[in-house]
Amino acid sequence: MLEIRFHGRGGQGVVTASNLLAEACGLDNLYSSAFPIYGAERRGAEIEAYCRISDSPIRVTSPVEEPDYVVVIDPSLLRISKAVFRGMKTTSKVVANYSGELQLKWRTFTINANKIATELGLVKSGWPMVNVVMLGALVRVMGIPSLEALKRAIEEEFEGRVAELNAKAVEVAYKEVKENYVLA
Amino acid sequence: MLVQKGKVLALVGNHAVAYAVKQAKPQVLAVFPITPQTTMLEKLSEYIDKGELRAELIKVESEHSAMAAIFGAALAGPRVFTATASQGLLYMTEMIYWVGGQRVPLVAAVATRAIASPWSIWDDHQDFVSKRDAIWVQMMAENVQDAYDITLMAFRISEDPRVMMPVMMGFDGFILTHTMERVEVLPDSVVDEFIPPREFKLIDFDNPLGIGAVATPDNYAKYRKKAMEAMERAKSVIKEVMANFEEITGRKQYGLTECYMCEDADYLLVGMGAWVGDMRVAVSRLRERGKKVGLLKIRVFRPFPREEVREALKGRKGVVVFDRAYSFGSGGVLSLEVKANAYGLTTPIHTVVAGLGGKDVRPRDIEGALEDLTEGKLEEERWLA
Repeated sequence: MLEIRFHGRGGQGVVTASNLLAEACGLDNLYSSAFPIYGAERRGAEIEAYCRISDSPIRVTSPVEEPDYVVVIDPSLLRISKAVFRGMKTTSKVVANYSGELQLKWRTFTINANKIATELGLVKSGWPMVNVVMLGALVRVMGIPSLEALKRAIEEEFEGRVAELNAKAVEVAYKEVKENYVLA
Repeated sequence: MLVQKGKVLALVGNHAVAYAVKQAKPQVLAVFPITPQTTMLEKLSEYIDKGELRAELIKVESEHSAMAAIFGAALAGPRVFTATASQGLLYMTEMIYWVGGQRVPLVAAVATRAIASPWSIWDDHQDFVSKRDAIWVQMMAENVQDAYDITLMAFRISEDPRVMMPVMMGFDGFILTHTMERVEVLPDSVVDEFIPPREFKLIDFDNPLGIGAVATPDNYAKYRKKAMEAMERAKSVIKEVMANFEEITGRKQYGLTECYMCEDADYLLVGMGAWVGDMRVAVSRLRERGKKVGLLKIRVFRPFPREEVREALKGRKGVVVFDRAYSFGSGGVLSLEVKANAYGLTTPIHTVVAGLGGKDVRPRDIEGALEDLTEGKLEEERWLA
């Protein structure tokens, strides 16, 4: 079983990202479950959401504590959040929306999702919508689900131009995500 | 009948239940929003808007009115549905008893949630178990698929002439209502056959009858006795409907309870609702370490599966019941039910009160308590708070 934890802020589509990933896995005939922690969150507040992927039915319903992958949707959380890296194992990996290189204790992959979203015009109420962009990067790093399944899930979730732009964005992110090598 | 393979969808619990309700073709829905149920009724109103469901949607001013509206509607013949949670269920309580007492077949979903005060929007079972004496069949789902399955079966059970009773489908707020999971949905044509159109009316102008009239002491007692007999009959009807559903779907339904890894278990864990999934993980992990533990899942809370529970308890060295609701000065609500049916047995029964107001319960918390039970270190009552 793979366990993924998403970190972002209210209004960035963190829950949608987690749900889309679960949906795409379902389309690839995998078992999946996705859920957020609900509270009194509002726009800008720290949000986390979870996704589990397995080739057999998933029984656990509690939050992900020891993630295999952490996805950082909002780069500012890298600086200020105490929650992002909790419970990380030595084998855990980080996929972050970040413009430069990150030097962390774990294998780390970065993608400048803000830039991709802005350039494509994926902007809502002044914020670049990077949630789906990040999935393009994550799917490349994990190797599952297929990019095709992800694009199908996007078509089901969104309509018209938004669906089109998000599908384009995941392709760009899929290609451009890069591993940050830590010098020994 | 051949097993009918349906579509596989990824749905959050509320949408899975809405999908099942749509397929059951109710003609009247009463809606009033309350977290964490709201998105279910929103989805149903969307189905009506898109023409996928032909039903009258009554927007009421309170939960009390929601239940009153479908009470009246159901008497005239149509299949009806509503959903609520927590404070909404409390506010609906008077009508809940009316509907139960009048033996009106209908289905209501309860997205279980803690009760104020203090205020909480998160999950536990206090709302659900508080309706145990209202003459409703009460079933509780373990996962999103289960919530879909139980919703479909609920209509069949409710309208069975041997039962004629409202059915409450409980599923854990947020933990199931807002979790997206893979769900296999049946083709519409199969559901049509499983739940045929409702053709009876309780109000018949050619044969007038009084509804809700006063009952003299003698008659009242007879009503209650008849309800008791119907509730006992419901046990075999529920099993029959489940067996039929299993045949159609190929998904194992087990019955009023399910015993998991029970056969040679010395120690038994008892639970109800979504955390049964986490309990399976805990039991499997302890089995891997050679501990002889098993799990008894309560799937039907009313009628309470007395015979099954008693049978499952026999010969165990210890039992621990996990409770998401508490009766003050007495004990965990599910524990009390279990203990009442262990009368005369020598098996010690412990209680763990946990997950109140949405407090996270992890497989390792369950594993810890169960392991303590096997080592004689578990208190009679432990609170994870």
